[in-house]
Amino acid sequence: MMLGVTPDGSTALDPAAPGTATAPATVRTPDAFADVTRSDAAFRAFLHGLPGVDQVGAQARAAQLGTRSIKTTAKAWAIDTAISMVDLTTLEGADTPGKVRSLAAKARRPDPTDPGCPAVAAVCVYGDLAGVARDALAGTGVHTAAVATAFPSGRASRAVKLADVADAVANGADEIDMVIDRGAFLAGRYLDVFEEVVAVKEACGTAHLKVILETGELRTYDAVRRASWLAMLAGGDFIKTSTGKVSPAATLPVCLVMLEAVRDFRAATGVQIGVKPAGGIKTTKDAVKHLVMINEVVGADWLSPDWFRFGASSLLNDLLLQRQKLRTGHYSGPDHVSVD
Amino acid sequence: MTSMFEYAPAPESRSIVDVRSSYGLFVDGEFTAGQGTPLPTVNPATEEVLSEIAVASDADVDRAVRAARRAFTRVWGPMRPADRGKYLFRIARLLQERAREFAVLETLDNGKPITESRDVDVPLAAAHFFYHAGWADKLDHVGLGAAPRPLGVAGQVIPWNFPLMMLAWKVAPALAAGNTVVLKPAETTSLTALLFAEVCQQADLPPGVVNIVTGAGDTGRAVVEHPDVDKVAFTGSTEVGKQIARGVAGTSKKLSLELGGKAANIVFDDAPVDQAVEGIVRGIFFNQGHVCCAGSRLLVQESVHDEVIASLQRRVGTLRVGDPLDKNTDIGAINSAEQLARIQELVAIGEAEGAHRWQPAGDLPSKGWWFKPTVFTDVSTAHRIARDEVFGPVLSVLTFRTPDEAVAKANNSTYGLSAGIWSEKGSRILSIAHQLRAGVVWANTFNQFDPTSPFGGYKQSGYGREGGRLGLRAYLEESS
Amino acid sequence: MSDRLAVRKTYKLYLGGRFPRSESGRTYEVTDSRGRFVANAAWASRKDARDAVVAARGAFTGWSAATAYNRGQVLYRVAEVMEGRAAQFAEEVAAGEGLSTTKARAAVDAAIDRWVWYAGWTDKLASVLGGTNPVAGPFFDFSVPEPTGVVAVLAPQRSSLLGLVSVLAPVLATGCTAVVVSSKARPLPAITLGEVLATSDVPGGVVNLLTGDAAEIGPWLAEHADVDGIDLAGSGTTAMELERSAAGTLKRVLRTTAEEPDWTADPGLSRMTPFLETKTVWHPIGV
Repeated sequence: MMLGVTPDGSTALDPAAPGTATAPATVRTPDAFADVTRSDAAFRAFLHGLPGVDQVGAQARAAQLGTRSIKTTAKAWAIDTAISMVDLTTLEGADTPGKVRSLAAKARRPDPTDPGCPAVAAVCVYGDLAGVARDALAGTGVHTAAVATAFPSGRASRAVKLADVADAVANGADEIDMVIDRGAFLAGRYLDVFEEVVAVKEACGTAHLKVILETGELRTYDAVRRASWLAMLAGGDFIKTSTGKVSPAATLPVCLVMLEAVRDFRAATGVQIGVKPAGGIKTTKDAVKHLVMINEVVGADWLSPDWFRFGASSLLNDLLLQRQKLRTGHYSGPDHVSVD
Repeated sequence: MTSMFEYAPAPESRSIVDVRSSYGLFVDGEFTAGQGTPLPTVNPATEEVLSEIAVASDADVDRAVRAARRAFTRVWGPMRPADRGKYLFRIARLLQERAREFAVLETLDNGKPITESRDVDVPLAAAHFFYHAGWADKLDHVGLGAAPRPLGVAGQVIPWNFPLMMLAWKVAPALAAGNTVVLKPAETTSLTALLFAEVCQQADLPPGVVNIVTGAGDTGRAVVEHPDVDKVAFTGSTEVGKQIARGVAGTSKKLSLELGGKAANIVFDDAPVDQAVEGIVRGIFFNQGHVCCAGSRLLVQESVHDEVIASLQRRVGTLRVGDPLDKNTDIGAINSAEQLARIQELVAIGEAEGAHRWQPAGDLPSKGWWFKPTVFTDVSTAHRIARDEVFGPVLSVLTFRTPDEAVAKANNSTYGLSAGIWSEKGSRILSIAHQLRAGVVWANTFNQFDPTSPFGGYKQSGYGREGGRLGLRAYLEESS
Repeated sequence: MSDRLAVRKTYKLYLGGRFPRSESGRTYEVTDSRGRFVANAAWASRKDARDAVVAARGAFTGWSAATAYNRGQVLYRVAEVMEGRAAQFAEEVAAGEGLSTTKARAAVDAAIDRWVWYAGWTDKLASVLGGTNPVAGPFFDFSVPEPTGVVAVLAPQRSSLLGLVSVLAPVLATGCTAVVVSSKARPLPAITLGEVLATSDVPGGVVNLLTGDAAEIGPWLAEHADVDGIDLAGSGTTAMELERSAAGTLKRVLRTTAEEPDWTADPGLSRMTPFLETKTVWHPIGV
């Protein structure tokens, strides 16, 4: 239990050393909450006992944070930080090894004209292409993330989902993005959902687990908070908003509620969990708003790719354009960044 | 841990505002000199003198009242109601068009953060004119029978905490109902009222319909005591409100008063905690706590006290105090040295009485008047900081165990302006809201304002309402 | 005419649902309009006024929390009982105001009808004066009228029953409780009304009737920190001074006119709105 916890109470993930981090393969449900999953009734009582979220208040808070004005040096820092947090993603039926290699090249050197531009955090692909990504990224520090568990719907038997995970890990993924069973969650079968996350976590071995809540299907912030706690208790290393295949995907208020959840979880257990909004974050402005939110809601401990990721594709190019604008003083154009 | 993410300064440019070196009174459509000795008006964030404002003598006020009477009798009273409405629509639009200018000027003169003047004060001022404009030709429907009559000349005195917004709350309903006005802004924050006078000129509002007389307490007294004023509307301290009520006794003047408060913000153990913490912060730190309806008494259920206070302290630690023109500032300057001294005095009393003072780390600017957001815990109902209005960024935290105790403590005040309730249980909210003796009850929110929504107090927080149909009725009488 | 010797009535105060004498032990002589002795009335003191405020405050919680429908029923019941006492009221009004039997009876009828009219208002006020406010945001926002609290009523000096009912019934219809100082010279209908109230369903303390001198008790009530409003109808030349005193605690003041108004005229809402507060409640609309 709770291996890999640093003296200040946060779990260390070393982004430069994928697969060698100290994160345990065992479920690390913190002691304090060990008995809340002892039965369906107990787990329901616990999740429903979490403080409610007032929709209007949460949205107003997110909007207020969105009005922060980030300029000059702060903006430059924010853009580089955001780039380093991108999980550069391609999740299409038409994906090929060539597409993935191209994406990997961009992930290592997002702006070929500027060696000072940081690499992104990871490349995120379907499991069968994880090996292509891993080979293309070898030695770069950029992680290979694969979606699994019958992504995006999650509608398959548990055996198939676990096999999907094992396959992606075997292919070289060091990060697994799973989806929860939203049907079971919405039907109130919380323990089923929990046990599935636990099983997936075991199947991940040393790979890090991001748990996609698909908040666009959960619909309420109360449900997002409950699902967040469920995923954290089950051993997820990250909680992630969306598959990107359902609208609405990542929104600022949803991210706010999830950030509050990881903040409260760390306060209660000492275990730090990461957050990954994914889908719909397309502009530098969107990304900066998220960084502001991290800064003011959970603090600087989360301002790193170890603890925060953007699941995105087109976002990177906008970050690069803005970066060029700041560097050169004039506006750039789409031909000055690479097409994906 | 100090943040890696240091926001660079993001100042709003003040070049949009042309502050003149001195301002006259606005009487009968013209800017004219005042007979009193002019007063400096100061940027509270820098102590820089922004301008000099005229001081209206009794004779100046008399001139303004006579101009208002003339305009009432000859122009504004007889005017087609729909045309009166059109003037108000024009004013609303002009306020929107010049919103940025008003926002910057308000922030310079008052010290409030530019985000607040930009996102709250100025839009709400415009909204008040827009809302009341539509009433001008529908007065038969306010509930005073057919063809209710305006009262005549309204004498209005407003405070320094929301200078333009309070002006709008006063002027818009008065004009919509067919009255003319003589308005005295606060002496530390007159500039946006004088810019508003320019807007009246741009709108071609007939001379004398709106008159702005600047000055201090003597000028205000001259306005409310003028024998030809038919209606007195005052927003400010309870002490001055009582003096005004005494002054109008025995006259036929109608009076509405919007005075002090010491609102209870009640947090139950089933509250949506994160939003409650936001509501507590918005309740007491909005506008530096210079808000009559501020949620200055936090009543938190004992079972969640520690959790709520910990969250609150963490949140208060993120508030950014400093340059009001910086778009990232959450808490601006205290409006005057005098007000700062009062806050300091009450905080010292709070400590001396044994309450525990907490303030976040960080430095304050070296020039200007500032006070850190402050939270007092271990406060009892007998402490002065639980009873007196501080009118600053100072929160007093008390606890309760049962709903009855919460209501009893909340109502244990001579004030009754506003209150807050935080709970996820609908029936409890309605029950508590019913029992609270306060004119505005915010449940699961706080410090929301809207021109359609009546605002005003119970008990010694004053009488009369502003906003909505009821607010308009304060400027009308039945025609019988 | 019978040669039976009449049993005379002792006129006392009506306070907290009981009929005490003045704590001061004072009485004063009440005469009819021609100066003939009628009765010795209790001469209420400032301490009686103080006790009346305590009683009214104590009764406020229950009376204001009663449903509007219930208050309407209770007030209507008062009119029913008044009707049964109409002859007695008419006799007192005739003697006190020097009216013919017919005119006195007309005044009593008008008073009863006025009471019925106010009884019917209790459950209309909220819809007439309150409502929802269409604010520009995701909030449900509504305003409701609520009673201000304890109201001191200085009853008209001339119109001893119709005037009294015209100032008392509106206060009760709003849900406030009342401390009434009757007409000094014509107090008897007030005490009879107290007997009506005591034998209908009005809870003790909701109405407290003091006979005596408004000029003596009025200032104590105007300054009393636990009185929320004051109706100056019968204050006469002291009106301005009382209004000034009331300002010290920012009471809601219903001013009076130099001459007593025509109490038969339709009062509209004018005697209720001064003693109603408006409470506005906001709540977010979300899922």
